[in-house]
Amino acid sequence: MKPIITLIYCFLVSLSTGLMANDLANNPTSLNPQTSNELRLALTQVKLKAMPPLLMQIKQLEEQQALPLFKTLLAGRLYYVKADKRLIQMQKKGKERHYFSLETDQPLSELSKNQVKKVKLNNAVRRLLKSTIAELELNHPDPELRQAAIESLLKNLDSKLIAQLEQRRSLETQEKIRELIQVALNLFQLKTNPSPAKQIEAIEKLADRLEIPVKNQLTQVAENSIHPEVKQAAIRALTKIEHATNRYALVDQLFFGLSLGSVLLLASIGLAITFGVMGVINMAHGEMIMLGAYTTYVVQLLMPNHIDYSLWVAIPAAFMVSGLMGVIIERGVIRHLHGRPLETLLATFGISLILQQLVRSVFSPLNRQVFSPSWMTGSLEINPVLSLTLNRLYILAFALIVFFALLTLLRKTSLGLNVRAVSQNRNMAKAMGVKTGWVDAMTFGLGSGIAGIAGVALSQLTNVGPNLGQAYIIDSFMVVVFGGVGNLFGTLVAAFSLGIATKFLEPMTGAVLAAIIVLVFIILFIQKRPKGLFPQKGRAAE
Amino acid sequence: MQLKKLIASLTLVSASLVSIHALASETIKVGVLHSLSGTMAISETTLKDTVLMMVEEQNKKGGLLGKELEAVVVDPASNWPLFAEKARELLTEAEVDVIFGGWTSVSRKSVLPVIEELNGLMFYPVQYEGEESSKNVFYTGASPNQQAIPAVNYLKDDLDVERWVLAGTDYVYPRTTNKILEAYLTSLGVAKEDIMINYTPFGHSDWQSIVSDIKKFGSQGKKTAVVSTINGDANLPFYKELGNQGINSEDIPVVAFSVGEEELSGLDTTPLVGHLAAWNYFQSVETDSNDEFIELWRAFTKNPERVTNDPMEATYIGFKMWVNAVQKAGTTDVDAVEQAMIGQEASNLTGGTALMNKNHHLSKPVLIGEIQDDGQFEVVWETESTVAGDAWSDFLPGSKDLISDWTAPVKCGNYNTQTKVCSGQKF
Repeated sequence: MKPIITLIYCFLVSLSTGLMANDLANNPTSLNPQTSNELRLALTQVKLKAMPPLLMQIKQLEEQQALPLFKTLLAGRLYYVKADKRLIQMQKKGKERHYFSLETDQPLSELSKNQVKKVKLNNAVRRLLKSTIAELELNHPDPELRQAAIESLLKNLDSKLIAQLEQRRSLETQEKIRELIQVALNLFQLKTNPSPAKQIEAIEKLADRLEIPVKNQLTQVAENSIHPEVKQAAIRALTKIEHATNRYALVDQLFFGLSLGSVLLLASIGLAITFGVMGVINMAHGEMIMLGAYTTYVVQLLMPNHIDYSLWVAIPAAFMVSGLMGVIIERGVIRHLHGRPLETLLATFGISLILQQLVRSVFSPLNRQVFSPSWMTGSLEINPVLSLTLNRLYILAFALIVFFALLTLLRKTSLGLNVRAVSQNRNMAKAMGVKTGWVDAMTFGLGSGIAGIAGVALSQLTNVGPNLGQAYIIDSFMVVVFGGVGNLFGTLVAAFSLGIATKFLEPMTGAVLAAIIVLVFIILFIQKRPKGLFPQKGRAAE
Repeated sequence: MQLKKLIASLTLVSASLVSIHALASETIKVGVLHSLSGTMAISETTLKDTVLMMVEEQNKKGGLLGKELEAVVVDPASNWPLFAEKARELLTEAEVDVIFGGWTSVSRKSVLPVIEELNGLMFYPVQYEGEESSKNVFYTGASPNQQAIPAVNYLKDDLDVERWVLAGTDYVYPRTTNKILEAYLTSLGVAKEDIMINYTPFGHSDWQSIVSDIKKFGSQGKKTAVVSTINGDANLPFYKELGNQGINSEDIPVVAFSVGEEELSGLDTTPLVGHLAAWNYFQSVETDSNDEFIELWRAFTKNPERVTNDPMEATYIGFKMWVNAVQKAGTTDVDAVEQAMIGQEASNLTGGTALMNKNHHLSKPVLIGEIQDDGQFEVVWETESTVAGDAWSDFLPGSKDLISDWTAPVKCGNYNTQTKVCSGQKF
């Protein structure tokens, strides 16, 4: 929606300024420093320090029409042509840069990277732009933009703004935004009205709001007010807000725990098959995850203009790459070491080193750049103190989908039946005509492939580099052993309980100590129950 | 049998190698002690190439003292004890005249006893936590008062920051730097509850609760900033989480001491734009010597996109100074070169000149830059003149009376100005 609105604005601006531009070009001596074109030209020449006053001038002169300019500048997409100082906009498509006219959105394909320069900006300019854009967007037709505008204006209210807000309230149709405007008005009343009665009235109305400026203002009043009754009211309101905030903080923490749990689940679920079901200690499991992440990188290289869809391609691709590598490792190495866990451990550890060095040589030792699709950035804002980050939310859902898909595969398909048969009693299965060799290869491939899928998800959270796998291998083993070797559900429970425990410990003890406490707990737990949370029972267990 | 044969042939080969070395001793040997494999290879390989480039350039100019320079490269493989072994190997077997090397503080600490015992000479090119001065080491990277303290001053004076988050990876550099910063902030009158200190393990990737804590800490009405000594790999997930939780650089700026052009070149920089870094050098500074250096580097690495960074400049300055000092001393003898080094000047790539002080640390300008979306930095602030590196911090109770002065009559790495005693402790 936004680009279209920008486009319409650009078009309007172009109509109004296009004629002027011609005038100026023909008659450069008659420059009036107050024309908007002259001001815009100055943008390309001033130092960063002189930028804020210049922008304010532009805002006063152009009002609404300056919006597209400001937004382009804020996004860091405002460029100018070196030769004639004409302002243009840049749009990135993957790694390529394309230039468009600022006014008409016409593509300017003749421009190359060397002919243009970026209009620079710093944090001071960004801050000014944000508040200015918010002010200009108070009356924007899109209610979401209006709401965001008012929210960001709460921080610094003044009487001029309040007048604007009051005007807006009389026009406003959305109940939520009217409420928000009311908050602003109350906040302003609390700040400026000298009468204690009025102040208390404002405080009582603000007591159930979670906006951060409200809390800050109340804290200030509670600390500094000279009227004891106002102070009391502010403290009462603050406790109420505090209670609500704490409730949401708990939800927040739970979400963090679930999210860490989902990462652990993804990383260990492949291992739960190769180690848990097949009994192979696969130290190269982390490298299967790494291969998946690198596959994502390669897929994005191949389709630079479709980053938003790249993950959908990367998931099956990563499954194939890691799965194939798994089959090769199984057929080439592990098969010959059957029943010798120590040698298997050493051999797979060697393989993990080889794979790490391989990507170092092929891709360079530096981390690779994997883009996040636009639908995975940002957060789902539930209220001012609780928002869930989207990438974590998607990965949580994805982990559960993968888990249950795998569970179905093992329980309902003939491959799953064979896998279970071989893992329970190899010789008996062989006697019944199951091709154990083939089943071994497929199982190992499946476990590795799922590790590859985990790599796709992890590429969205962490660095894609040769050491990616190393970071997860210990956690993976921990989860599988804790959950009970050979039990997929155990892995699920273990991953989430470790995730939640870590996240509830972290605020109290710090990240370093939290990790240690969890490890110590697991060591003690394994001492007591060597077979994990859900040990396998019956004859199959032996 | 085969193994024996193999060992025999290996001994033969190495023996012949040694004899070749012995024959060609008419060169000046430059040891390069940077990890080429393991976790630190990411950063250190670049410095190895920088030294090789400088050696090549010097040879084009006719070498040094009429002799050719020869680089001897070893790989300590990001393995700290191996740094000591490789340093010994460089000094006793290859008999190098100087070593350029090290990145992490623990690698430097592991080399120190060896280099002092064998009286070698080492140039250490990375910003570090200070609290050290060895006769045999020249520190061309920044000490805390050349990076951390000016950055805090900038945040306090220009951005009016009142609350501070000191976030770091859990090892010696962040811990010491944060200790110094905490003491400094307290001396400025910042209250205890306005400082939040947080440590995370190496390669930490789940930043959810920490970022959420920072967000809470920063939303109390006072302007808040994060001073980050988070190491390499953990940075991207940290900035990503900041972006996802809606914290941007205008609200809570992050100033980092370990994020440079090289680290950014492998990243999607969108979540980092506007955050800050403090260094003594940025690739984006436009001077003739910097342009020349970048061009040289790109030609040497045959990569037109290759970036430069601060530790590279430190290596460059160290190398230039060493060349000048050897020419001044007329020999590569360590003691003579060490004395000739003090007072050496070399031009910075960002303009002005760097000076080697009596305490083996440099005087350099300090720059603060904002990260741009192309992975480069836009300089927003710089010190008016150069800042002299401090071996011992003025803000720590244990070290504020200590100075380091390697000229006569003091000749001591940690001379106590109060008791007038040189403790003799070298590091």
